[in-house]
Amino acid sequence: MTPARKIAERVHVELDAPDDFAGWRERARALVAAHIAPEHVSWSVAGGTTGDLFATMASAPPPEANPAALVRASARFLDLAKTALLHRAPERFSLLYDLLWRLQANRHLMDDAADGQVRELERLARTVRRDIHKMRAFVRFRSMRDETGGERFVAWFEPEHHIVRANAAFFVDRFANQQWSILTPSLSLHWDGSALQEGPAARREDAPDHDATEAAWQRYYASIFNPARLKVSAMLKEMPRKYWKNMPETRLIPDLIAGAQAREAAMIAIAGEDIASSPMPANLADIAEGISDCSRCPIGCNGTRAVPGEGPTQARLLILGEQPGDTEETMGRPFVGPAGAVLDRHLAEAGIDRSAAYLTNAVKHFKFLPRGKKRLHQNPSAREIDHCRWWLDAERALVRPDWILALGASAGRALLGRTPSVGRERGVPVPLPDGTHMLLTAHPSYLLRLEGDARERETARFVQDLKVLAEALSSQHWRPELRQAAERISTSG
Amino acid sequence: MSGSDLLERLGILADAAKYDASCASSGTDKRSSRGGRGVGSTQGMGICHAYAPDGRCISLLKVLLTNHCIFDCHYCINRKSSNVRRARFTPAEVVQLTLDFYRRNYIEGLFLSSGIVKSSNHTMEQLTEVARSLREDHDFRGYIHLKAIPEADPELVEQAGLWADRISINVELPTDPGLARLAPDKNAARIEGAMGHIGSAIDEAKDARKRFRHAPRFAPAGQSTQMIVGADGANDIAIIQRASSLYGRFGLRRVYYSAFSPIPDASAILPLKRPPLIREHRLYQSDWLTRFYGFAPEEIAEAAQDDGMLPLDIDPKLAWALKRREAFPVDVNTAPREALLRVPGLGTRAVDALLAARRHRRLRLDDVARLTVSVARLRPFLVAADWRPTRLTDRVDLRRMLAPPQQQLELFA
Repeated sequence: MTPARKIAERVHVELDAPDDFAGWRERARALVAAHIAPEHVSWSVAGGTTGDLFATMASAPPPEANPAALVRASARFLDLAKTALLHRAPERFSLLYDLLWRLQANRHLMDDAADGQVRELERLARTVRRDIHKMRAFVRFRSMRDETGGERFVAWFEPEHHIVRANAAFFVDRFANQQWSILTPSLSLHWDGSALQEGPAARREDAPDHDATEAAWQRYYASIFNPARLKVSAMLKEMPRKYWKNMPETRLIPDLIAGAQAREAAMIAIAGEDIASSPMPANLADIAEGISDCSRCPIGCNGTRAVPGEGPTQARLLILGEQPGDTEETMGRPFVGPAGAVLDRHLAEAGIDRSAAYLTNAVKHFKFLPRGKKRLHQNPSAREIDHCRWWLDAERALVRPDWILALGASAGRALLGRTPSVGRERGVPVPLPDGTHMLLTAHPSYLLRLEGDARERETARFVQDLKVLAEALSSQHWRPELRQAAERISTSG
Repeated sequence: MSGSDLLERLGILADAAKYDASCASSGTDKRSSRGGRGVGSTQGMGICHAYAPDGRCISLLKVLLTNHCIFDCHYCINRKSSNVRRARFTPAEVVQLTLDFYRRNYIEGLFLSSGIVKSSNHTMEQLTEVARSLREDHDFRGYIHLKAIPEADPELVEQAGLWADRISINVELPTDPGLARLAPDKNAARIEGAMGHIGSAIDEAKDARKRFRHAPRFAPAGQSTQMIVGADGANDIAIIQRASSLYGRFGLRRVYYSAFSPIPDASAILPLKRPPLIREHRLYQSDWLTRFYGFAPEEIAEAAQDDGMLPLDIDPKLAWALKRREAFPVDVNTAPREALLRVPGLGTRAVDALLAARRHRRLRLDDVARLTVSVARLRPFLVAADWRPTRLTDRVDLRRMLAPPQQQLELFA
């Protein structure tokens, strides 16, 4: 063949429909036969926006095409192409044409599973196959009476790709002897028992909004679920949320999960009742080990790492926070995150040596709400703080500090047994029954949440509280009399 | 088909059926409702119509006809001495429920089982009646799985096979002493006798259909069974060997493993501790190794620890490879399919893709990486055009390098 013919700069092909495989094949075959390379061809679908403004519209194959030129494609290519063409990605037509073009020179191209374009084709086909499969699985018919009084089953479904026509045969095979309609945002299918008709795009409101049998189906769904083996991620992997809105059973899921978790929490709460009778840990290492597999409250069971206290065993000062945060949980050490940095700075300012203090938290595990990749801090509940107090009491008995700096209301609750008001009770030393003194102040993370003037004002109050503490720590004379007082209380009581 | 009473009973009888692991609707012959009177079609592949929050697929309407039972099997929630609420369906009610669900595309078909009422024969007749009515009265062409009662007359079980796609009988426990202790009313020889009977009926029907086009079908999706793991003392090797002998002797399609889960109102002689769910998973993996990867049960036994249990932290294929390091590395460009299938981290699909791709060029490590999930795991066991592991398989800490790190539990929000 001589290149006598002048090839247009670009050829643009418009297909009739987004799932028009026969049309694509016919045009592609003609273009390959006419030796028009992929870089000169662009594709679009009728009714959509034209992909290429500068291309000549080629409604018919170029007349010079050599009819004798055989265009070849392997069976595997055709198989995958038929499916992949239903993908919604606009570039699917050119990818298919690229591959068809390359197949002419390399008949075994499709066997090369490591080739980038072959892999992309396989990926498109796989995605479409999954969408087809999920449509077969998740279409839910509702029964209704049509104009003639006959029973018709109608479903509303929102597929991701152009699969509705390709899936029609499946539903005809399955429901050949009942009348049904499947409505979708792009077209609708109607089967009257002998012929399939295509209708225009539909809306959700066109489908019936209830069906009495759904109550039975929901009861079945709730009963067949085994709450002892909750595996939510496995469910979500196969039944992603995007399908949920058209499936009657899925509205039960949140309750089923909450019910299963409540059941577990109830069991744990019962197990927690006998905690008081457990033997006291002999040293801090025992506590660190004990909290790591403590499951006496729901936070202990959330799979995060327990964060043990840190510091000298005989520290005069115990600094008590609320619970480990994201950074603390990751590093396994208390007060190493942003709030820890604020604390460190102000301790140094007030002249308190952090390394001489014992730092720990009221609750040893990190309670959070997952938000995408982030873990949002959640306040522990009073019940959880009270549960975890057993560990704190054991730490206090071993460290025997003179002073406890309580950061925030949760820390206050862990010491007092009631939730104090930080605003009213801060900055004043409070004697505790075991002879130690508590000084309550705000949690440093509170300062981090404030801005501007408020932040300055609160920081000043925080520093002021720390100075009260620093002064108390430096004065030596109060200590013996306090100890004596404490011993008097414990012997008389 | 309404009424709160029916809903109540559906709740009880579905709840009672959830301890059966199988929900498969695959492997039967192709059918369509075209040219018939009713609904239903089957393809080779089953469809999961929904997933429960326990991650399991819901493909079939899985219910008991009744949870009344005259047997007293200790592991079973429906045993005679248990306090559960009892209910029963009539065969007609199950038929109607199946059709109502199927017509709305909720299910692929029915999985029907039952507690033993009156007698084994009476129960088997009732089960068969449901299947018969669906097929004959309603021309239902969806999937039907019937649980056969091993104590019933063989003729009755055989009758059921004419209507059902799959028949199953649970061996219940991996060892005979375990069965004798926990299911005093059942008899191991009787169960195996019934499975043998079904197996030969399936073979016969297949053979007949080769010669006579209209010979009746018999359970075209074959038979399966289920074993409870962790209720008696059987270790993993004993379970795998039992499964393998069942596959061999009765031509089973599947053996299901069900980790014994503590049931409400448990019997006093059961262990209190439940086996870890991962144990069930490891057993399924080893089951796959024997069925699709050419492993003999004895080879899987090599992967086990001294106590006869498979390691829980790594999969059985990796455990086997770590014990048989002399078999590696394997050259991706020359090794036969059988050898590639034994590389930990290479599945059947990846192996087939490698075989097809290497016909055209020498494969490099990058090519392998594109076809597999994690090439890091594979590297110690493979030779490629540009890669040769340097005595990696000799390393003492290879197991530690390859074992998956401890993962945090997932939360749902």
